[in-house]
Amino acid sequence: MPEHTFKLNGKQVTVDVEDDVRLLWVIRDILEVYGPKYGCGINVCKACTCHINGKAFNPCSVRVADIEPDDEITTIEGLPGTVGKDLHPMQEAWLEHDVAQCGYCQPGQIMAAVAKVRQARAEGHEVGDADLDEIRNICRCGTYNRIREAVRTGAEHM
Amino acid sequence: MEQRRSPHVEGSAGQDIGRRRFLGYLLAGPTLVAAAQLGAGAESAEAAVPSPPEPAEVYDLNDLLTLAATPTSNLIAVVVHPDGTVSFDMPRAESGQGITTMAAMLIAEELDLPLEKINVTLADARPELVWNQLTGGSNTTISMYTPIRVAAAIAKGQLLQAAAMKLDETVTRLTPHLGFIQAPDGRKLSYGELAQAAAGRETKQVETDLKPESEFSVIGTPRNRIDALEAVTGRKKYAMDLDVEGALPTMVCRPPTIKGTVRSVNNAAEVRQMPGITDVVAISTGVAVRGRTFGQCISAIRALDVSWGPGTVDDMSDEDVLADIRKAEIPLAVPDVDPLAETVEGEFTFHFRNNAALEPQTAVADVRSDSAEVWAPLQSPILCQELLAKQLGLSVNAVTVHVEQAGGAFGRRFFSDPVIEAAEASQKMGKRVKLMWHRVDECRQGRTHPMCTSRIRASLLDDNVLTFEQRHTSVATDYTMGFGEVITSMAGKIPPLGQGNELGYSNTIFATTVNVPYKFGAVTQLLNEIYEYDTFPSGSNRNLVNPDVRTAQELIVDRIAAKMGKDPYRFRKEFADDERVLAVLDKVAEVGEWGREMPANTAQGITVHKEYKGAIATLVEIDCRPETVNRKIRNAVTGPRVTKAVVAVDPGFAVNPRGLEAQMQGGLMDGIAQALTSSLHLRDGVFLEGSWDNYFYTRQWNTPFDVQIVVMPPTTGEPGGAGELGVPSAMASVACAYARATGTMPTSFPINHGTLSFDPKPTVPPLPPSPTDGLQHTY
Repeated sequence: MPEHTFKLNGKQVTVDVEDDVRLLWVIRDILEVYGPKYGCGINVCKACTCHINGKAFNPCSVRVADIEPDDEITTIEGLPGTVGKDLHPMQEAWLEHDVAQCGYCQPGQIMAAVAKVRQARAEGHEVGDADLDEIRNICRCGTYNRIREAVRTGAEHM
Repeated sequence: MEQRRSPHVEGSAGQDIGRRRFLGYLLAGPTLVAAAQLGAGAESAEAAVPSPPEPAEVYDLNDLLTLAATPTSNLIAVVVHPDGTVSFDMPRAESGQGITTMAAMLIAEELDLPLEKINVTLADARPELVWNQLTGGSNTTISMYTPIRVAAAIAKGQLLQAAAMKLDETVTRLTPHLGFIQAPDGRKLSYGELAQAAAGRETKQVETDLKPESEFSVIGTPRNRIDALEAVTGRKKYAMDLDVEGALPTMVCRPPTIKGTVRSVNNAAEVRQMPGITDVVAISTGVAVRGRTFGQCISAIRALDVSWGPGTVDDMSDEDVLADIRKAEIPLAVPDVDPLAETVEGEFTFHFRNNAALEPQTAVADVRSDSAEVWAPLQSPILCQELLAKQLGLSVNAVTVHVEQAGGAFGRRFFSDPVIEAAEASQKMGKRVKLMWHRVDECRQGRTHPMCTSRIRASLLDDNVLTFEQRHTSVATDYTMGFGEVITSMAGKIPPLGQGNELGYSNTIFATTVNVPYKFGAVTQLLNEIYEYDTFPSGSNRNLVNPDVRTAQELIVDRIAAKMGKDPYRFRKEFADDERVLAVLDKVAEVGEWGREMPANTAQGITVHKEYKGAIATLVEIDCRPETVNRKIRNAVTGPRVTKAVVAVDPGFAVNPRGLEAQMQGGLMDGIAQALTSSLHLRDGVFLEGSWDNYFYTRQWNTPFDVQIVVMPPTTGEPGGAGELGVPSAMASVACAYARATGTMPTSFPINHGTLSFDPKPTVPPLPPSPTDGLQHTY
């Protein structure tokens, strides 16, 4: 079986698995890191949103063979580590606004939010309604308004 | 948000709670365990004076659920541990509604203990509870408000007695505060230190008072969810995140039409050799595949060559079902009214909808020859346990059912289908399985809220509505799993349903949940169903029939108002049949600036609803201007946008106003989806929708920019239900606003159902491949 290696939440990991297995299943079923959630498997619900080298992506739609050894994958579990704290400011904002209900989509929502704020700033502006409208992550509990408020609060502390 | 604690309300039923004595139990054990009965046991300790017969309309669904719980007389227990923490194993399902937080708040209040010291877990199926482990009908807070408090209050009483002994004081001189019992001289003992001394030597009945509302410092105040930190850190565990040794990913290859059957599996041996795959076996619903990863299960399912038998509705499409419904519609009566009366009529169609949550159907199963153990999110775990026992030929006691935190439920998790499948697969494979449905399975073989029509005819004369008839005709809804027992047991006993069992489950549910909240003359509402309950895999959406029933009504109410030359708000103000309804209506009109000047093709809509012992009003503003309707977002259905919503809610008494606010926001999102975008299209025996890119639940680009929830001050002093209350008024207001913005009353829902906004995914193989281009969409 082919061997694949990459950085996951700051640690180099190595797995033996076929090339075409999507990264989500490597993370969940083999490495047993359960923060990224399955909701569709075709990159539309965004529940599995993680970061690759600091950018948001969906591991349900990336073959493990397409990940390079020096790629840094960050799941919700590794997000606080990127700022050297117990919680990332976006997680703090999520707590402040009591965003979560069932919670299933929220790891993905938070990862998307962090990337969205960075993306807006790279484009030279702060995150606004037009950016928030582009967040594709589904929440079946309907926490969308609290997400919008929390993203703005989180951005203030990022 | 407004929320203040209740002033004393004269004559309110809840006000006597503080003065009444309640019965509970001290259970024998090594540490302090205090218990109370659900239902009857929570009654006052004094002999209750029987209530006079109540009017029929008081018996809503929640009365049925609460009464059905009465004869089971079983206990819920609050345990005080030597480490100072308190635990409560809740016989209900937490799926985002916030009931574990609610329970912790009740315990914190009565025990004078910080919230973070309280651990609320979900109880395994407890067959002795019979009907009393069903999570539904927005009934949890209504039925558990008193029993949880009684158990916690008894625990506090025992801690006080133990402290009095140890400190050589009298109980009345001691003060419980934040986990300690304090004496006047400053000496104090922690609950942990007292837990064993306060434990029961034998089980005995105990009487207790409850805190009066005037002393509440936790109940009625806004609190964050107790599991919020776990949720935002990814530590919150759902069934698929459990480490059950040897339980490998398992999925099911499903038929190309609804409820199709397996004739033969033509290449099982070949597929079994695929990377990672350990097992391929035919089960009742398809072909189960077990492997090292779910990704490899998807690949194996795509490779399977299966000959399929027919399903239950092959060759049927939306228009066939609608034609069958129309044939079954009960005629509207010709009202016997003044010949000068005018008539307002309407017929509305509501298409099939999916009630799936974001967490798909999941179950972990370990079936042995003499026992079985399963882990799954379940709203009706006792039924699941009984069904498993029957299926596996085991006694009920040999089946353990663990209830897991659910990633949403919405009525879908009343049904144990995935657990039954997982058990069958585990039994046939002789191995543990971690079974998960693919999203496509949810859309195409999952439960659907049935297609229905609602016809209304009203007659009016001058400024009066003389008659208001509603005839609701629907594909049958499956209530047999979860609701069945409760309703059949009660239906014959409750007026005006004395006709007994000849009325089916659905008619009982209909009769106990629908109403017309206006002072109209002769009101009749009837339901007629077609097909067998299991012709379609059906189940209710959040709030059962009322999103459809009430939307139809409110659209006609706007028409009646127009005929009388009255403004929609003022008409409702004039005709509202309940003071609480009137109060929430006035509140949204005021906060939402009803009647403000708005641009062409934009408008407000305003409606009310009463259910679950509560009242709600919703005012929305919708934007139907072409530049908004046609706005472009990649791969998105945009359309009309609700730009603003104001909701005023009176639940009687809000235990946790913040949780209530969240539920109202969620109900609003459901209402928007059901009015504008979300439905299933049936074509030739299969639903065309295959995933979230075809099924258009509300997304960020459909979300109002401005949402305000006003929680009204307490009225009845007793908490009503919250989980579903927000949906019907939201859907109705969006429909009414759309009608006013466009000048055309919509008659088919969701309004975009006539346009298929996607290319349907193939049905064979049943699952699409996962894309490989994810790295081209980073941001």
